[in-house]
Amino acid sequence: MSTVPISRRRSTPVKRRMRRVFGRMGLYACVCVLVSPALLVFLWMLSLSLKTEVDNTAFPPVFIPQPPTLANFAEVFRKNDFLQYTLNSIIVSFSGTGAALLIGVPAGYGIAKAKATRAALLILIARITPGLSYLIPLFLLFQWLEITGTLLPIVITHLVITVPIVVWIMIGFFEGLPPELEEAALVDGATIWQAFRYVAMPLARPGITVATILAFIFSWNNFIFGIVLAGRETRTLPVAVYNVLTFEQVSWGPLAAAALMVTLPVLLLTLLMQKEIVAGLTAGGVKGG
Amino acid sequence: MGTTLSAGTRAVAKPARRRNYARQYWPFIVPAGVVVFAVILFPWLFTLFMSVHDWHIGGDRTFIGLHNYGRMLADERFGWAVLRTLYFTALSVVLPMVLGVAAAVVFHRNFPGRGLARTLFIMPMMATPVAIALVWTMMFHPQLGVLNYLLTSMGLPPSAWVYESGTVIPTLVMVETWQWTPLVMLIVLGGLASLPTDPYEAAVLDGANLWQIFRHVTLPLVWPFIMVAAVIRGIDALKAFDTIFVISNGGPGTASETLNILLYLQAFSFYDMGYASAIVVVFFILILLVTMLLLHFRQRDALS
Repeated sequence: MSTVPISRRRSTPVKRRMRRVFGRMGLYACVCVLVSPALLVFLWMLSLSLKTEVDNTAFPPVFIPQPPTLANFAEVFRKNDFLQYTLNSIIVSFSGTGAALLIGVPAGYGIAKAKATRAALLILIARITPGLSYLIPLFLLFQWLEITGTLLPIVITHLVITVPIVVWIMIGFFEGLPPELEEAALVDGATIWQAFRYVAMPLARPGITVATILAFIFSWNNFIFGIVLAGRETRTLPVAVYNVLTFEQVSWGPLAAAALMVTLPVLLLTLLMQKEIVAGLTAGGVKGG
Repeated sequence: MGTTLSAGTRAVAKPARRRNYARQYWPFIVPAGVVVFAVILFPWLFTLFMSVHDWHIGGDRTFIGLHNYGRMLADERFGWAVLRTLYFTALSVVLPMVLGVAAAVVFHRNFPGRGLARTLFIMPMMATPVAIALVWTMMFHPQLGVLNYLLTSMGLPPSAWVYESGTVIPTLVMVETWQWTPLVMLIVLGGLASLPTDPYEAAVLDGANLWQIFRHVTLPLVWPFIMVAAVIRGIDALKAFDTIFVISNGGPGTASETLNILLYLQAFSFYDMGYASAIVVVFFILILLVTMLLLHFRQRDALS
């Protein structure tokens, strides 16, 4: 950028430096404008969760908690089965992601190797279908199978999100691998399964990491399947937080505290794994539900 | 032609072996195929089957042909929901696209702290939608909300946000834009990173200013990525559910009742599964149409 070969405007070095300084300042101003809406909403969530009810409903609003209190977090745990809901969310997201990896990684490999574009298209159509449209038939199916009221239906519906994410990302990764290594293994007498298990899969580990993180996050965040299928005992965290709002309490502090706790694992994961997440999202444009 | 020929001669020994192996890969796909059939294909087929029945939970079901679809044509509530969905979608595509492309141009520049700034910028799309929807709901409160305080302290009149039928959809679009601009940014940023540098050097030599470079060099080169982002954004905006459901729940009245919200009500509040299934079918066709429309623009632009 700064290596302009021919300066047509006959500018002096001082002028040029001034222009560069202003350019820098403009760039930082742009970055501030872009980042601050995101930052401010999360800071406001934090602020609400650390203030007393008096401060939360004060007008003009109190911005910085004086002094900060953890009472809201304590209340969330005292008044609700928050631990139970956390456990539900962990079980659902981990088994949904685990099952998707178990079947999705080989499928991605198979589709990439057999060049089964029609199978890939099916995954793409699954991506554009609204989540609710799966729910109506599956809801009836689960009633008929008499498994409503357990976590199983919720885990099964989460496969609707996690399987396409994993398969889609893995197709891209396996297509990007050089085929020579597996071909060499096959020539040396390895079975196709061995070529996959001991050659292709270790090479695709970065892809598996990306797929795992994204599938987990979109499963953790999912609301629509839980709101329909979950009973009182089987609520996942997003559903539990929504119910806290509408039925049990309307005070802002505990609500913000609960919202913060639900989304905190995801935010931390995003901070720690930003490179993998950016790579996965750029490649696939994936999103669940 | 030339390329296919040379590829063909180079792979002369391979085709027989390749074809052999391609068949052997099907066991890899079968487990996922079974799951996809159970949770994705079966629901589609079953939805089609239900949509031609009068099917209430706890009631009898009778075959009624296309009656559910006919009912939709006469249903004003459905018609308004379609229009509302299109209105919401149009705004929720245009705004994130403009902002997302601008953000991508900014984040394409190299500056200290770029990684952290980019991570903060994508936080809204990674955060749990229900959690952020609740925070927005508290911020929209007409008397105690922080947004009206900020507006009035800047000398602007307070807004009714989601509590008035005229402002509810633009307000929801604002949340949607806040949440999904980052995805547009990431896709376009990926496009920018893949661009060649030669056209830029030529433009600089010709004395083009920054805006001219953006308009006549960057934009045409990155256009395919912008269209991909627009298609994805269009699909996601049509399907938007979580934030609308939590923040306004289709209200006030039915002022923000999009197709997805109406679908939820028909299926899980009124338990009218037959009619809801017919809505799903039409909804899906609508999504396909919008996708194809956006892809059509992409093709046309690629040709010209």
